[in-house]
Amino acid sequence: MTLLSRSKEAQETQEILGRRNSTLTRATAYVALGGFILATLFPFWFMLRTAFSTTRRLSADPLSVLPVDFTWGAFERVLGIATSEQSVAEGGSGQSLDFFQYFMNSVISTTGATVSQVIFSAAAAYAFGVLKWRGRDAIFFLFLFALTVPAIFLVLPNYLFIREIGLLNTLAGVMAPHMLMAPFAVFFLRQVFLGTNMSIVEAAVIDGANHLRIFFQIVLPMARSQVLTVFILQYITIWNDYLWPLYIGSSEETSKTLTVALGIFKSQTPQGNPDWAGLMAGALVAALPMLLLMVFLGRRIVGSIQDSAVK
Amino acid sequence: MSDIVAMFRGKRRSSDFIPALGFMLPALIGLGIFVVFPGVRGIYLSFTEYNIFRDPEFIGLENYEKALQDPFVWNALWVTLQYVAINIGVQTVFALLLAVLMHRFTKSVWVRGVLLLPYLISNVVVALVWLWLLDYNLGYVNAIIDFIGLDRTPFFGETTAMATIALINVWRHLGYTALLIFAGLLTIPKDVYEAAEVDGSGEWRTFFGVTLPLLRPVMFFVLVITITGSFQIFDTIAVTTGGGPVNATRTFSILITDKAWNSNQFGYAAAISVILMLILIAVALIQMRLLRGNESDLER
Repeated sequence: MTLLSRSKEAQETQEILGRRNSTLTRATAYVALGGFILATLFPFWFMLRTAFSTTRRLSADPLSVLPVDFTWGAFERVLGIATSEQSVAEGGSGQSLDFFQYFMNSVISTTGATVSQVIFSAAAAYAFGVLKWRGRDAIFFLFLFALTVPAIFLVLPNYLFIREIGLLNTLAGVMAPHMLMAPFAVFFLRQVFLGTNMSIVEAAVIDGANHLRIFFQIVLPMARSQVLTVFILQYITIWNDYLWPLYIGSSEETSKTLTVALGIFKSQTPQGNPDWAGLMAGALVAALPMLLLMVFLGRRIVGSIQDSAVK
Repeated sequence: MSDIVAMFRGKRRSSDFIPALGFMLPALIGLGIFVVFPGVRGIYLSFTEYNIFRDPEFIGLENYEKALQDPFVWNALWVTLQYVAINIGVQTVFALLLAVLMHRFTKSVWVRGVLLLPYLISNVVVALVWLWLLDYNLGYVNAIIDFIGLDRTPFFGETTAMATIALINVWRHLGYTALLIFAGLLTIPKDVYEAAEVDGSGEWRTFFGVTLPLLRPVMFFVLVITITGSFQIFDTIAVTTGGGPVNATRTFSILITDKAWNSNQFGYAAAISVILMLILIAVALIQMRLLRGNESDLER
């Protein structure tokens, strides 16, 4: 079923069930929904409110829902624009921080890893979903199996491997395990490609097109919306990753991703008297691209995740 | 295995094998280097004593014997189970409720989008925000508790930390889980509800007798992925308590990384991660039996 016909059916279901709704049920339901939405959004607002506050003045008005003593200082601090005296004066640690650099590290490693991963996963999915050969299900089963191997089990030996090939504390090392495939991407795209209209492919074969052309000019373009879906989902996952980049890239400025830098920032901030405004500003910088993604591609992201549940 | 051997023998007869090999080669190499090889190596290392500076030395089952007597491992099992119970219990109930609310009372994609927001933000950011909101001295929550005249609560204390962290992660995953269940609700055809209505089935009976059983495949999928993820909880703890106070939040993942990177006992850490994996396999098998997840009650 497509998303469209499903949503029509959902509407009709909603009407059937709706016949029973009394005003009271309806009111209770909206209050509950409103509560969930409020509980979801409040922490985001509080991040913003704190990031624009002056750390040393936060204790003066902990109940305020508006910034306490409005300042851009926290953002200047985390982006490395503020001098260290200025930063200490406002409650920072005085350590030099450069979230812009970490931001770029995250952008480069996440983009590079996701682009390459989606292309190679799609290619593999083409072999499993479009091409016909003996044993393809057996090989595909290996990828399905890989989907179930817990990440924590692979982190240790993978760390040793990255260390042995000399990529520790490089962005290449952070990206490496993501670059050639993700079991989820292969699985999802195979499912999509299985539905490819084979008569178009066969017509192209008769016209003498080779498989590279069929892949790039027919199969990929036809499935571009699902390919984008996988891209978005994987981008989010890799961007938010912590455990792997923590052990692979945390010792060099050039390989620290945003999540890792935030963790380190937290552990460096004065104990008992943390630089909350700075921490929240850093957290916002890290969250910003995902929030923008939601603003521009919200509908698609919601649809993608729904699809991933029933595929 | 014999399947694969047979496949290689038969490859000449299959027309698309050569191009297929070309297309899947990068992914196969990736799978080999970053999943199969480390998988085998992880299991091998679990039978060795290994610190990074010397070659691994084979010691048989010694790591496993040690693990079974190690109070830290039992503690990890206990606190991880606490975490999973609170996290999955609360999350599943609320997500189901939220999914039903969305299904019946709103068509808005934006509502779903807003509820999904926390899932897009990294665990590290989520952990920091809640660490701040729940801070003992300055946090907003304790400020309110204080304001209405109650005693401030140490949310990251020895008895409270695990529950707090479990609930923080409920906050992050609630919208996502609800969305998956919502997608499942959409697959239930409207005739079923019509039939229930005609039969005079009441609200609750319809939910427990019709909706929930038909949701089983989706619930199975949701529970398998959330429980598997839950057992591996790392990020939020690493950022907030780091395993403390004392050992109250030293879950498996924290213990494993601790043994490997702080104590340089890679062999022992590998053994604990094999144990965790065995637990995960067992849990998945039990779920499969209990929920008969691979079958659907809907005839399509």
